[in-house]
Amino acid sequence: MSEDEFAVYQSLGEESEDHRWAFGTGFTDPLEGVDPSVPPGVDAAALAAYCLMLGDDALIYSHRLQQWMTRLPELEEETALANIALDLLGQARMLLARAGQAEGAASGGTGRGEDQLAFFRDEREFRNVRLAEHLDADFAELTGRLLVFSAWRLALCGRLAASADPVLAAIAAKSARELAYHRDYAAQWVIRLGDGTPLSHRKMQAALEVIWPLAGELFQPDPVAARLPGVAADPADLREEVDGVLGTVLAAATLDRPRAAPLARVAGKAGRDGVHTEAFGYLLAELQSVARAHPDATW
Amino acid sequence: MVAMAAVTEPGVTETAVSAPAELQAHFDRTLERGRRIEPRDWVPDKYRATMIRQIAQHAHSEIIGMQPEGNWITRAPSLRRKAILIAKVQDEAGHGMYLYSAAETLGADRADLTARLISGRQKYSSIFNYPTLSYADVGVIGWLVDGAAICNQVPLCRSSYGPYARAMVRICKEESFHQRQGYELLLTMMGGTAAQRAMVQDAANRFWWPSLMMFGPPDDQSPNTAQSMAWGIKRHTNDELRQRFVDMTVPQADKLGVTLPDPELRWNDERGHYDFGPVDWDEFMAVVKGSGPCNAERIARRKAADDDGAWVRAAAAAHAAKHKAAGHAEGAA
Repeated sequence: MSEDEFAVYQSLGEESEDHRWAFGTGFTDPLEGVDPSVPPGVDAAALAAYCLMLGDDALIYSHRLQQWMTRLPELEEETALANIALDLLGQARMLLARAGQAEGAASGGTGRGEDQLAFFRDEREFRNVRLAEHLDADFAELTGRLLVFSAWRLALCGRLAASADPVLAAIAAKSARELAYHRDYAAQWVIRLGDGTPLSHRKMQAALEVIWPLAGELFQPDPVAARLPGVAADPADLREEVDGVLGTVLAAATLDRPRAAPLARVAGKAGRDGVHTEAFGYLLAELQSVARAHPDATW
Repeated sequence: MVAMAAVTEPGVTETAVSAPAELQAHFDRTLERGRRIEPRDWVPDKYRATMIRQIAQHAHSEIIGMQPEGNWITRAPSLRRKAILIAKVQDEAGHGMYLYSAAETLGADRADLTARLISGRQKYSSIFNYPTLSYADVGVIGWLVDGAAICNQVPLCRSSYGPYARAMVRICKEESFHQRQGYELLLTMMGGTAAQRAMVQDAANRFWWPSLMMFGPPDDQSPNTAQSMAWGIKRHTNDELRQRFVDMTVPQADKLGVTLPDPELRWNDERGHYDFGPVDWDEFMAVVKGSGPCNAERIARRKAADDDGAWVRAAAAAHAAKHKAAGHAEGAA
């Protein structure tokens, strides 16, 4: 047995920063080396709230995809959806970190870190849209929901790439490249399922009927975005682009556009106001359980 | 099988010979010279069957191995650790894919191998039938389980079967990063709170003995070892590799500040190795035979994914067939 065969194992106790991975790198501080300042004239508190809501969308959506791991129809889908979950988690980390920086700038102190924001806020403090927290009943809901979400988020990030906040602009530009892949992946599956067998067609159409009511919230006017001219995007502006993409995909998939009405709000409030679905409490309980059981721990 | 190799592989018939005795002699010479067997080469039926079984069981282990660690992804206590764990579990799916592909070069079929896994006709590494009970288990699996896997697998980079050997080079490289990440998590936790240190010790207590079992039964109870070593698909005996693992791991446990749960574990100057206590082979056999703490649920999960995905795979096939037919029609017009 030669020594060099086991060199890798033996070097375990030595210090090394050589963490290369098959898929993706860079797991340390998500905004390392980035100038944290908020540009003059930008409402820092509003910027913090805006980054938080977009970060929450990605964090919670990623969680729902993580729950699918080891349960997917093929190994290719395991790697693809893990990849998408990892991309969204990466977006969440950068956006929450930016939210913390802006929060610090607004208060003149130090803002919260990504883990403080992810693990130590309560349900009503989360600002994600309800579409992000939906629990997919089957693979048709998974792909249909991913198509709507990624088409919308790609349209959004495409606009935010020109944001007056350079950090948000850079995050959005990176995210847009990832989301183009997510949208393409989802679209291909919606088409395969819609135009596959009679059974898959029925399931895909039924999935769209479930998801459609949740899409309305994506385009509603948002008071936080309204406080950030030149920095944020107006949600209403995204509808035409997203509708166009969805129309093209549904036509290729031989599916009908659902006519379902948007899900009603609760006393005028929805996800962006911290009013979520019943399923969300369980999601957060799972996400936060270990971190909250050991609040003084370092991981 | 003999005739098929000679007839359906035109590249082989030119240079190679058609009589089984001469094919066998050619195969033996290839192994003697330490050369690799490639998919186009004639191989004895038993070599093919053994190789398919070895690669398939390795692939199954990667896929089933996603479950115990995947159990902690949604509860990972920091976003950085969550990203690391997702990437690791994703790597395991990738390893499974290229191992199934390597098995397919020998004439196997992924769907058929999956059916054999689900029906219990093919096994996977029995370590994955143990439960993961705290976040420290993620680190200990990286350190001990991936560590034992590396000890088992590094020699397989020199396997006589080319596609497997090449897959192993890539897999071992990635496994070593997984192991490093696991060890780094444990170092961090040991520097944290008393509860975290207790968690690490508890995880090490639970995974130490099953890790030693990963090398298989003792040499005097391992009937296939001699044939596998002659064929160059196994390079060291189970006991050699187990000893090697213990010798490398004890200093790492010391550095962590973890006590390995074996009162007989001590350095033997005369042998130049660590002595260690007896492994509970009854427990090992019980787990291998299906009575492990998680055997039923691991297979049930894999089966559910396969069953629930059947309509999706059927839809993808139907869609592809429609478009192939449409393509042909266009070409004809």
